Amino acid sequence: MNTSPEIPAAQPESSPARILKIIGVGDAGVSLIDTLDSAEFAGASRVAINTDGLSLASSSAGVKIHLETKLMRGMGTGGDAERGQSLAEEQFSTLKTACSGADVVLIIAGLGGGAGSGISPVLARAARETGALVLAFVTLPFLCEGNRRSKQAQLSLEQIKAVADGVICLPSQKAFKLIDENTSLLDMFRQTGGLLVEGLRGVWQLLTRPGLIQIHFDDLCALVRNRHSESSFAFVEASGAGRSREIVEKLITHPLLDEGRALTDSDAVLVSLVGGTDLTMAEVNRVMEHISRHCEHAQIIMGAAVDAALKNRLSVTVIAAKHVAAPELPAAPAGDLVGPVGSRGGMGSAGGRATSPAPSFSLEHREQALTTSAARSRKAAPKMRQEQLPLAIVSRGRFDKSEPTVHKGEDLDIPTFVRRGVAMN
Amino acid sequence: MFDESSIIVGLEIGTSKICAVVGEQGADGALNIVGLGQARSRGVRKGEIADAALVEEDVRNAIVEAEKMADVEIRSVYLGVSGAHIRGFNNRGVHPVVSADREISRDDVGDVVKNAKAINLPAENTIIHAVRQHFLVDGHGGITDPVGMLGARIEVDMHVVHGNTNRLQNAIRLVKGLQLKVEEIVSSGLASSLALLTSDQKELGALVIDIGAGTTDYVVYADGVIKHTGVLAVGGDHVSNDLGHGLKVPLSRAEKLKLEHGSALVDEAMTGRTLTLTNEHGLPLKTVNVEHLQRIMSLRLEELFQIIAADLESAGLVDYLRAGVFLCGGGARVPQVAALAERILQMPVSIGQTNSISGLKSALDQPEFVTAIGLAKFGSLKSRRADGKTSLVQGIKSTLHGLLRR
Repeated sequence: MNTSPEIPAAQPESSPARILKIIGVGDAGVSLIDTLDSAEFAGASRVAINTDGLSLASSSAGVKIHLETKLMRGMGTGGDAERGQSLAEEQFSTLKTACSGADVVLIIAGLGGGAGSGISPVLARAARETGALVLAFVTLPFLCEGNRRSKQAQLSLEQIKAVADGVICLPSQKAFKLIDENTSLLDMFRQTGGLLVEGLRGVWQLLTRPGLIQIHFDDLCALVRNRHSESSFAFVEASGAGRSREIVEKLITHPLLDEGRALTDSDAVLVSLVGGTDLTMAEVNRVMEHISRHCEHAQIIMGAAVDAALKNRLSVTVIAAKHVAAPELPAAPAGDLVGPVGSRGGMGSAGGRATSPAPSFSLEHREQALTTSAARSRKAAPKMRQEQLPLAIVSRGRFDKSEPTVHKGEDLDIPTFVRRGVAMN
Repeated sequence: MFDESSIIVGLEIGTSKICAVVGEQGADGALNIVGLGQARSRGVRKGEIADAALVEEDVRNAIVEAEKMADVEIRSVYLGVSGAHIRGFNNRGVHPVVSADREISRDDVGDVVKNAKAINLPAENTIIHAVRQHFLVDGHGGITDPVGMLGARIEVDMHVVHGNTNRLQNAIRLVKGLQLKVEEIVSSGLASSLALLTSDQKELGALVIDIGAGTTDYVVYADGVIKHTGVLAVGGDHVSNDLGHGLKVPLSRAEKLKLEHGSALVDEAMTGRTLTLTNEHGLPLKTVNVEHLQRIMSLRLEELFQIIAADLESAGLVDYLRAGVFLCGGGARVPQVAALAERILQMPVSIGQTNSISGLKSALDQPEFVTAIGLAKFGSLKSRRADGKTSLVQGIKSTLHGLLRR
């Protein structure tokens, strides 16, 4: 059940070009890849996949794949994700060929509709089977778009998470805070799409720009591969003398990072700094210092690059990845778990049935079964781990029930002497 | 009794106490404090209402006390608001002068101010204050009144203070429920600075830090205008909480220890000295190390000033504060707090005094009352400005009134 395929063969440091494919799925995805600056993303081939012939016809992508269904007369899936999914399964080999040969496949989709939510998970699986690293950039629908769409999107997101190496997800509702409420509907969609593209650009720059501090492709692979992580990201930009400080402040208060909480919770953080020719090491240093202070537990990967076109601006993209506590997967690898205990109820009572408590297992046996099952199924691993309790519980005293005062990632309600580690005895 | 319009009341719903100050505006516009009512606040955490029923009762008590003392009926108040959700920032508005002769009219000024107020705020926030700083005409700064000047482009810098609408409405609705009219809401920090600073100090540049029980509000003035405001939801309650945690005593006891033995700097003479806490029968319960007590306090206050210092530095305002720093609020009572602030902020620090107001002098010149007095002062400034625009009849009336008084 170890699906981790061999890391792409072309790994020597000097390997000049990695083959990247940007695949837009569904109406939103197709129109988003059209907005990508063709000069900037010159190295990637673009593929558009949709069920709607009209949207494909107007697309400028190099490769267009029209998943057709007679039933709909080329009009699309009618907003039904299941239809999109079965269609994609049918054409699995086509999808696989589309992904073949790439080292990295970036999937862009707007979840919620039929095509985006239905095809993306299948596509991610296809891409992985070709041995590529799969990153998905998806948007979740606005709340006002209705129950069905958000349900479809959630389901699809879970499925993508299960198969892709990394998912960067932008809940459109959160983006609300960033965008003026009086923006027209059209602009709203364009801007949320724009946000997603910013995230994509950050990753892109990381992978392709010659940097002051280069991120190796392997690092990225190592970071995201097999993690099935859920990521939040933020893109900020500032200019002028205090730009590094401004950047840090913006990052910490960024609504998409839950005002810095996402950083604290994350266990892998990827930072891409791009500045004009006047980018200094001190600035890079300052930004990194602050970020690393916020995410003590995280593995941090950073890259810095120079782009003359930016002049005196500094732009930073942060992607914070968090392990997801295994969601209930439809395709849970239950088949090859050992014995009756393996069925994931190992931590608490064995299953829910009072009739079969499986008493015949000795403790060691049981433990062994657990460890093997944990090793085999990576989704089960986080569940098996016993949570580590903090040594001393620091109470927030009278502020227990009030909203915490968080300043630059520190909870100021906890006594200063505790946070600074001053001993009192 | 008094003419109703000349009575101005400032109401502060604080975390440790609720305070109502009654001011009487004289004919010459000077504010005279005639009454003060206060009640211990039980339903407020970090400057925001946590238990509306308790707060309502406390506000009523404070208002009644103030009414008795001033012998007036209070109908409307200027309400102080605080809390971590309140933020301030500077914004610039631009407006092209379109008239043929390029002369800047009053309408142009109105438009540019309107532009500066049109900010991209989160949907759930409202603007509390938008304070004009300076105008720029064709890029030349430092202009206070551009009407009549010639130029192609007029810009204005504004300091905008905004907060979460719902949380602000909580306080307003509560006060309205007591049949009091809320004339206006005022951010607490701004009110404190109005009460403390003279116009000379504002011109020189000054920082006012109001260390309350639940929040610490600070305001920076430079060149006579507000440059920066901030609210930090850390205050005296945090000090007590730290002490309770560190010395392992209940909160009420920690509060008492803070008042009796607290200090912002660790007193070297106290090294090794202990205090014996007793229960109500005088039996010893626990010994507490005074040095630890002071160290815990000192660390908390030090951190508070460090955060403010960092904020000022990032706003680039440190060099503008030539008049120094003024402390107020209950936190200003802590012994040595000025010395600690001086050490961290690297500028002269003093405990602010409300010398710009006359009235119950000795009772009022306490750091705790600064905000409430400032609220009344804010009200008097507002109504004075409104008076300037009164009708002819009222104008004559008031002159007559003034003559009779003399």
